[in-house]
Amino acid sequence: MKFSRLILANLFRKKVRLILTIGSFAIALVLFTFLAVVKSAFSRGAEIAGADRLVVVSRIGLMQVMPISHGDKIATIPGVKAVTHNHWFGGVYQDERNFFPQFVIDPENHRKVMTELVVPDDQWNNFLKDRMGAIAGARTAARFHWKVGDRIPIKTTLYGGAAAEFNLDGIYHSERPGGDESQFWLQWKYFDETVPPVLKSTAGWYVVKLNSPDDAVRVAKAIDEKFANSSFETKTETESAFAAGFAKQFGNIELLILSIGGVVFFTLLLVTGNTMAISVRERTSELAVLKAIGFSGRAVLFFVLAESIIIALVGGFIGLALAYLTIPVIGIALTGLLPPLLLSKSLLTLGLGFALLVGAASGLLPGIGAMRMRVVNALRRV
Amino acid sequence: MVRVDGTGKSNSLIQVRGLDKAYRRGGEEIQVLQRLNLDVDKGDFVAFMGPSGSGKTTLLNLLGGLDVPTHGSITVAGDEITHMSGNKLTQWRARHVGFIFQMYNLIPVLTAFQNVELPLLLTKLSKSDRRKHVETALGVVGLTERMNHFPRQLSGGQEQRVAIARAIVADPTFLLCDEPTGDLDRKSADEIMELLEALVGKYSKTILMVTHDPVVAARAHTTLHLEKGVLVEGKTSRESVMAGGAV
Repeated sequence: MKFSRLILANLFRKKVRLILTIGSFAIALVLFTFLAVVKSAFSRGAEIAGADRLVVVSRIGLMQVMPISHGDKIATIPGVKAVTHNHWFGGVYQDERNFFPQFVIDPENHRKVMTELVVPDDQWNNFLKDRMGAIAGARTAARFHWKVGDRIPIKTTLYGGAAAEFNLDGIYHSERPGGDESQFWLQWKYFDETVPPVLKSTAGWYVVKLNSPDDAVRVAKAIDEKFANSSFETKTETESAFAAGFAKQFGNIELLILSIGGVVFFTLLLVTGNTMAISVRERTSELAVLKAIGFSGRAVLFFVLAESIIIALVGGFIGLALAYLTIPVIGIALTGLLPPLLLSKSLLTLGLGFALLVGAASGLLPGIGAMRMRVVNALRRV
Repeated sequence: MVRVDGTGKSNSLIQVRGLDKAYRRGGEEIQVLQRLNLDVDKGDFVAFMGPSGSGKTTLLNLLGGLDVPTHGSITVAGDEITHMSGNKLTQWRARHVGFIFQMYNLIPVLTAFQNVELPLLLTKLSKSDRRKHVETALGVVGLTERMNHFPRQLSGGQEQRVAIARAIVADPTFLLCDEPTGDLDRKSADEIMELLEALVGKYSKTILMVTHDPVVAARAHTTLHLEKGVLVEGKTSRESVMAGGAV
């Protein structure tokens, strides 16, 4: 392009300013990407939830248990394909900082319902035969360098604080990208034998697999009606709604992140907008001469916008590259505190779009000013 | 032949009729140019003189299509420019006018070659054709060997030569010079004036120049005085210098 030399020459006019502006873009992009990744991590449960699954909890609250007999009753409702039950175990592995979710599962039906969480058959069969067996998600196994056959000591903080060693019979993977691979599964049979009498033959929540996602509303209503006015009323919702509600227990993460993101956006906009305004003001006479010798106002606007967009794109690329390199490291450091941090292609594209938007917006006002500038007035100011 | 009485030939290169220009400043209207007439033929070299605020630069801006008059008309090579839209006027300037400013106004981050090439970027010339044109223009001003120098590496006189090369590279219909020697020492000013004379003499360029310097004005074919917004035809420039410099 024949104007590229002019645009590039103007870009490199003040090298220190250029480097600082690109640097602020890069740092803002790292922050933006990190926030977006955290937001995505919190909402991922809802995004990847099965459309054909319902979660049934006690109407009183998630911490209240329900009779194990609810499962058989739910299974009789038309439209239900399979039902499995879970319990929260709440154990500690070596240290409280080593947090990972531990679920007591129903081995008979778990695989029928949670079909995307895959365990090799031989490992699963060993688990079924082993009362003290356990299965760990690939991420948790990798985090603690566990391998099949290891004995994992877990001390529960609930149910009397008993400690036990479990045999790691298998490792599961999620077939869904971004799926949760941090869980640790235990046998319900073992759990039911060791808990206090009040918790015997109970389930923390049920997960229901439907024949068709279209049945969700009807089946959810039917389940809740079935247990209405009983001692253990239920609250049934789609897995997606349940995951979203669960995430909200941490507070309005989305609002918090959007607020911080908004501050980043406007700060960057002000910094680059100010830089571009100064840069254009410094060149008033040159831009006036360009217009005098026949460059149109639009051409001048184009030059200013091109500069700000190039700065934004270069800063954006550097920022995204830094984010790409650092987020996995941050993710490992924050394991247990935050869900897995995944930097997807769509987030990278969003980041680049963000950079482009800020670049264009910051160049627009100074560019329009230059476009509308009257040559005679500008030359008189020289 | 330059005339200011509005009786010039209809085929004059530049024809100005009844030109008025007024500004409003603080609610007060300031009449800068009044019922001004001017006829300039191809190959004329005209100097405008007058005290500060007499309207010299305003006249130059109007002739160059950088400003619009309050009343009157300006016709250049048959095109009446006073009623052109902003975009058309921009295109017209690119094709017909070469500007030379007192402060040279080169782009400091571009080399002499790249500065001279700027007006050609608006044409459809190929890169190699642009190079030929630029080299020719820099050859005319005697700066071929300095084409890769940046403005900061050139003297004031050389910078003004680059500005002249930029003004002539697209072969405009006429050149407008606003105090072209105002920022130069006498020797450099003489060199620039020799160059402008050569452009008129050798290349038949038409030049309209504003200057405060009677010695510089004396190099033009005709000197016109602007007094209170009205053009007054004086002696030829050489006659006025011979008569003691007061024009």
